[in-house]
Amino acid sequence: MDLTELTIRQAHEGLKQKKFTSVDLTKAYLEKIEKEDKEINAYLLVDKEGALEQAKKADEKIKSGDFGLLCGIPCAIKDAIMVEGQKCTSASKILENYIAPYDATVIKKLKEQGVVILGKTNLDEFAMGGSGENSAFGATKNPRDKTRVAGGSSSGSAAAVAGNMACFSLGSDTGGSIRLPASFCGITGLKPTYGTVSRYGLIAFGSSLDQIGPITKNVEDAKIVFEAICGKDKMDATSKDYKFEEFNNLTSVESLKGIKIGVPKEYFTKGIDSNVEKIIKNSIEKAKEKGAKIIEISLPSVEFALACYYIIAPCEASANLARFDGIRYGLSKEADNLLDVYKKTKGFGFGAEVKRRIMLGTYALSSGYYDAYYKKAQEVRQLIKQDFEKAFKEVDIIFAPTSPIPPIKIGEKTNDPLSMYLMDIYTVSLNLAELPGISIPVGKIGNLPVGLQIIANKYEENKILSVALKMENMLQ
Amino acid sequence: MISKQEVLHIAKLARLQLTEKEIENLQKDMSAILDYFDLLKKVPKVEVKTNFLTTANQRKDEVFKDNNVVENLIEQAPSKKDGYIKVKSILK
Repeated sequence: MDLTELTIRQAHEGLKQKKFTSVDLTKAYLEKIEKEDKEINAYLLVDKEGALEQAKKADEKIKSGDFGLLCGIPCAIKDAIMVEGQKCTSASKILENYIAPYDATVIKKLKEQGVVILGKTNLDEFAMGGSGENSAFGATKNPRDKTRVAGGSSSGSAAAVAGNMACFSLGSDTGGSIRLPASFCGITGLKPTYGTVSRYGLIAFGSSLDQIGPITKNVEDAKIVFEAICGKDKMDATSKDYKFEEFNNLTSVESLKGIKIGVPKEYFTKGIDSNVEKIIKNSIEKAKEKGAKIIEISLPSVEFALACYYIIAPCEASANLARFDGIRYGLSKEADNLLDVYKKTKGFGFGAEVKRRIMLGTYALSSGYYDAYYKKAQEVRQLIKQDFEKAFKEVDIIFAPTSPIPPIKIGEKTNDPLSMYLMDIYTVSLNLAELPGISIPVGKIGNLPVGLQIIANKYEENKILSVALKMENMLQ
Repeated sequence: MISKQEVLHIAKLARLQLTEKEIENLQKDMSAILDYFDLLKKVPKVEVKTNFLTTANQRKDEVFKDNNVVENLIEQAPSKKDGYIKVKSILK
């Protein structure tokens, strides 16, 4: 038995039945990482000693008999989420030697459960990108096809799970950064409702959009991790008093009877790869066969979602990233006066995409342009929210593609930022409307995975997970 | 296409040092992206609520907790002295 292929549930059962220990599991993953990751580049840091120590502790807890589902399970953490005492770089030169001064709330929660943290995973610098290629420490390759990208920005978190180099991982999603790489790597990624998971200890990108969530081998695992990390946190004022409750409206194991699934007509007009479209339509057809009612819906304002997102996110980023000025964190470039220290540090420390977004955001917020860009985008954001509110009066859940295209080749779009942004066309609306969504694998073009995005109203992760589980069962 | 002067003006506001090559690339890339944003001109005029976020301000108690977070934070500053972060003088 290859221990690295197990899901959380399977590994937990194995630990319970004393078939293997957490140390065995951890060693199996560390060996796999050592063997495979030179090529994939999913990890920026592997904490061998720390992981084995945590595994030993978990084994003690397991011996006592009183332990939860995540105890002793090896995981990987996106390097934008702080783990105390470990480097946290956000894949940027500016934070190359930055040591996390405290645990993010999600890490605290996972540690309380007794997880084993194998290491920190690669990402697009400051989580800005859709391919993973914007990392200052090299792109992550897709384990399904090593000539292609893993998807971004949580590239390493997705590749680690897809390549069996972690049992599960945490990513963050500002405009699709969990769902897109999950889709590209053929695994499951859940972007929770804004506010259900604390952002404390996540290096900020777009604060009204950022959300931490799980990347896992299947839907059940996503649920297990989500339940462990959600809930109100006094350190994040935007976190909500949220408690996960089972969705009991779907009683039979297989059937989707009684569920109304909305399919936005705007998502199937132009720009979608015909093979992706075929696979998504096929899974919608399958849901129909299992008793779901399929309803065509319209989200007229989603046409503007991408433009809206690429104004709001860079605006927020330009404010959030102003703090990396060479005074309080990491890199500092010598200069004669304070202003030049700022300029030189940022100029040297940030990569091309981060600079592009800071410039875009600063432009959109600058005098004379604010009304045309930032204010307009906020209005559009409101319209998009209203579109979804209206849709959810009519349907329970929405099915959509996660990405319009299958995983791209490494280097394919690096010189064309706008065409790279277009990969986010189906994912950004959820962040703008604060909605939850999951991407699950539903088919392949050759060996390239295609993800289905399942979207629900706010705080209805339970509905998403329940429907996703049924889709997963029927497509296997 | 946006001008070199505009790029330099924005870079100044953003306190970002750019190379000649970067300025050139940004002129090209920002222009293409800003052209795409023209799409928003198609958005119908709307009456929109001014409070864009549904989350209201929330306060938390400012209680100092004696753990080593403060020390850890200061430890990360590139230049420090006696538990304070050191910066260059602003006034001459």
